[in-house]
This record gives sequence, C-alpha cells and structure tokens, in this order.
Amino acid sequence: MSASATATIASAPRAYGRRYWVFALPAALIVLAVILFPWIFTLFMSVHEWKVTGDTPFVGFANYAKMLTDQRFIGAVWRTLIFTAASVIAPLILGVWAAVCFATKFKARGLARTLFVLPMMATPVAISLVWTMMFHPQLGVLNYILTSLGLPPSTWVYDGATVIPTLVMVETWQWTPLVMLIVLGGLASLPTDPYEAAILDGANTWQMFRHITLPLVMPFIMVAAVIRIIDALKTFDTIYVITLGGPGSASETINILLYQTAFAYYDLGYGSAMVVVFFVLILLVSMLLLRLRQREDLR
Amino acid sequence: MNRHLLRRFLGRLGLYVSVILLVSPAVLFFLWMLSLSLKNELDNTAWPPVFIPNPPTLANFIDVFEKNDFLTYTINSVIVSFSATGLALLFGVPAAYGIAKSKATKAAALILIARVTPGLSYLIPLFLLFQWLGLIGTLVPLVITHLVITVPIVVWVMIGFFEGLPGELEEAALVDGATIWQAFLYVAMPLARPGITVATILAFIFSWNNFIFGVVLAGRATRTLPVAVYNVLTFEQISWGPLAAAALIVTAPVLLLTLLMQKEIVAGLTTGGVKGG
Repeated sequence: MSASATATIASAPRAYGRRYWVFALPAALIVLAVILFPWIFTLFMSVHEWKVTGDTPFVGFANYAKMLTDQRFIGAVWRTLIFTAASVIAPLILGVWAAVCFATKFKARGLARTLFVLPMMATPVAISLVWTMMFHPQLGVLNYILTSLGLPPSTWVYDGATVIPTLVMVETWQWTPLVMLIVLGGLASLPTDPYEAAILDGANTWQMFRHITLPLVMPFIMVAAVIRIIDALKTFDTIYVITLGGPGSASETINILLYQTAFAYYDLGYGSAMVVVFFVLILLVSMLLLRLRQREDLR
Repeated sequence: MNRHLLRRFLGRLGLYVSVILLVSPAVLFFLWMLSLSLKNELDNTAWPPVFIPNPPTLANFIDVFEKNDFLTYTINSVIVSFSATGLALLFGVPAAYGIAKSKATKAAALILIARVTPGLSYLIPLFLLFQWLGLIGTLVPLVITHLVITVPIVVWVMIGFFEGLPGELEEAALVDGATIWQAFLYVAMPLARPGITVATILAFIFSWNNFIFGVVLAGRATRTLPVAVYNVLTFEQISWGPLAAAALIVTAPVLLLTLLMQKEIVAGLTTGGVKGG
C-alpha cells in the first residue's frame, strides 16, 4: 500500500465530514436558486408597491400594516385556523383508529391498506372534480344517499354555513391515510412485554389501548399532528378547484387569498408580504416538528 | 371459556366492521368516479342516480381526447414529471449521501423547510424571473419549479436509506484505496437501490399530481394534465361524463402505480410524511 493511502487512512475520521460536502454541492446550488432566491426576492418585493407593470416604489412596511386592517385578510386568517384545527383533529382520531385496525392481522389486510391509502396518492385536482359533482344539491349522489337514509339533504359547498365542514370532510378523506401510516410505523415498533403482563393482570382491550398503546405511540401521533397542521395550513388544490374560496368568501383561506392577490389582481407587493407572514406562521409550527423529531431521536 | 370465545368473536367482528367503515369511503368514491366516466349524459344526470353503467360507454373518453388537446397535455405531463424526477435523482441522491455521511443535520433541516414552505411562495418571484428570461410558454419553468417538490422528497427518503446502511463495506473499499466517489458509486448505490425505487416513485407521483405550479406558469400549449382537467371543468360545467373521464385519465397512472408498488410506497411515506408542494 502506498504512503499516501496510509496517510489518508490515518487522517480519515477528521477528513470525512469535510470531503462529503462535495456530494451535496450540486443540490445545494439548486436549493439556492429555486428556494433561497425566491425567499430573498419575496422579502424585497414585500416592502415595495409592485404591480406587474409600472414603477415599483419603496413603501417600507406599508404592505404589512395594510394586513392589520384588511378585513378580507383577517377573515382569511380565521377561516384558515378553523379549517386547520378541524382538518387536524378529525384525521388524527380516524387515523389512529385505522392504524390500530391495520396493525392487527386479518385476511386481505394488504389490499385493504392499499385501498385505504389511495385517496392521498390520487391527483388532488381529479378527486376534487369528482367531489364537486357529488356535492351537486339537486343531482349529486351524496344528497341521494342522505335522503334515502331519511335525512335532510345538505347544501354542501353551496352555502356559507356548510362549506368549511364539507371541505374538512374532503381533507379528512384525503389525509387520514397519512396519519394512519405514521402511527402504524409507531405501532410496529412497540414491545410486546407490557401487553403480556397486562393480559396476565386481566386487562381488557380498551384498558390496554388506553394505558399501554396510546402513551407509547404518542410521539408518532405528535409527529403526524404537526405534519397535518402544516399541510392543512397550506391546503390549496382542493379548495381552489371545489369552491375557489366561495360562496362569497366563505371558504377563502390565506393560501387562496394569496393566489388571488398575486395572480388575479397582480398585486405582487402585497401578495409577497402575505407570503412572508404566512411563511412565518408555518415555520413556527414546523420548528415544533423539528424539536419533536430531535426528542424522538434521543430515545 | 364460553365468555372468552364470545369476546374473541366480538373483537374480530368489531375489527371487520371497522375496516369496512374505514375503507369504504375510498372504495365507493373511486367506483363512483368510474361509474360517472362510463355512463352517458342522460344517466349521469338521472334522479335517482344510475349506479351501474348499462351499457357502459367509452364515449366520454373519446370526447375528452377529441374536444381537448389531451394528447399534448399528457406528453407535457410526462416530460415535466420525468425530467423533474430524473434531475432530482441526479442531484438529490449524492446530496443525501453527503448529508448522511457527514451527519449534517442542519442541511437536513433545510430540506425540511422546503417541505414546509407553501408552493405559492416560490411562485411570485419565479413567475417574474421566468417572465424576464422569456421562458413563460415553454416547459422549462415547470421542470425547474417541480424540482422544489422532487428534490426534497428524494433527499429526505435517501438520507433515511443511507443512514440505515451498515457503512463497513464502504470503509473496506476506502481502505483498499477507493475514492469516496467510487465507494459511493460502486458500494453504497447498489445497496441503496430499494431506496432509490421508493424515492423515484414518490417524487414522480407528487410531481405528476402537482397543480399549483402549472396553473400559474403554464401557457395554453404547456398545460400539464391536472391544469388541463381543471379547464375542462370551467368550460363544460354540466357534462359530468367527460369531466369524470378526464379526471380518471389524470389519476389512473398514479392509482395503478400505488396498487402495484404498495409496499415501496408505504415504506417511503412512513419515513418522513412526504407530500409534495
């Protein structure tokens, strides 16, 4: 073996960290171009009055100040928070229930699980279109089912009072599988000893779930919760296709208003300021995700 | 003893009822989608609804391809998703290896931020940039923005796989005089092939499904399928058959891929809660 090779081995532990950076360089350049540049430019635009044509004068924090009194923006923030809260809680409950079911062995479990996962993999625009047809107040299949069961028909997305719950239903249908998969991963890693002890002590199924399973998979449920919060805050495709924020502005969330401001009214300066505020909101939540992950890694 | 058997029976019954309750919304939804796409317009707007197409017709699918330029849009989608996935693998796999080997958690966090940022926040500045560069109306802006989805998925999934590799084999190669590049290419890469499969499938699906980038950046001729199918809605509000057929055309490849590769997909999704855009 040559002298230089021996030297490499001797200095290997220290040099490893530095040399492996080269691998990440091309990707880092892409991240810089496609992710970092937009951020910086967004910050720059957010302190300017920026329409597509004409001058772009510096306006300081005027765009940010405008948000504080913009009733449409404030309304959108509230709707986003309500939509998010409901779109986190419902999938979490159903997702944990589904994970417990799919953790048990039964016939055709693989097929059932795949079918259950389909909604989250399907193209959001495509499923939104089908939901829209199902919500039709006169001809929609959902009102047919309701009336067949002797229940009153619903107005679904055609009324301000029912539009948010209806969209939450779509979101729950679509994203419960993701919660299920994360919690299922947690259930798979559980030790069996506590259960054996509990069975000897005569514990029933519910007691075992409540006092053993739930506390042990709690970290996974928390991770699922934070991921769900981030995704629910960002929801765009389904709301855009099904209601476009309507009727009126009854389902206009921050993301939809953002789109309208920037790409329908072409008020890019104000839109950029909204992006910054929206991003800070989401970032605060995702910091929580990172901390949860770290704590999990420590275990 | 009898009580024990009864309890077991009730437990099984509860399990099957639960599974049916949980799975049926997904199954019934897609069956209804199929039903809508195979019925003529009369049956689609009938009350009470017609559930089973009799006789089933492919007229809606023919209609979609005749009235809209769906062939072009399909080609667009294929070009964009394949390019974005291919480039993401090219850049993302080595990056994930570098991050995993040097334990650069900060770099991993940066990837996570990309996962967290709403797609719209890239779009305002990039829209202006592409306009200045005169690229609007070509597929280039779409491929570039789709990297925002595919690169984080590839890097995130692959970090997990590379961290799971034992590492001794690469060290042995290094001791034998291989460069780190050779150790990566000839030792780590073959071992990580299952991970690359997972990353490819997920990146492709979430790129294929993406709507928001296309709706802002695509011109008339550069629409991807999700954007094209949305336009079918705006112009033909009442014809449900073609609409359902168009929706099915867009999502069928993804559904088939999910059914065929369910093990890989489940493995990938549980590692990081991946989702695009």
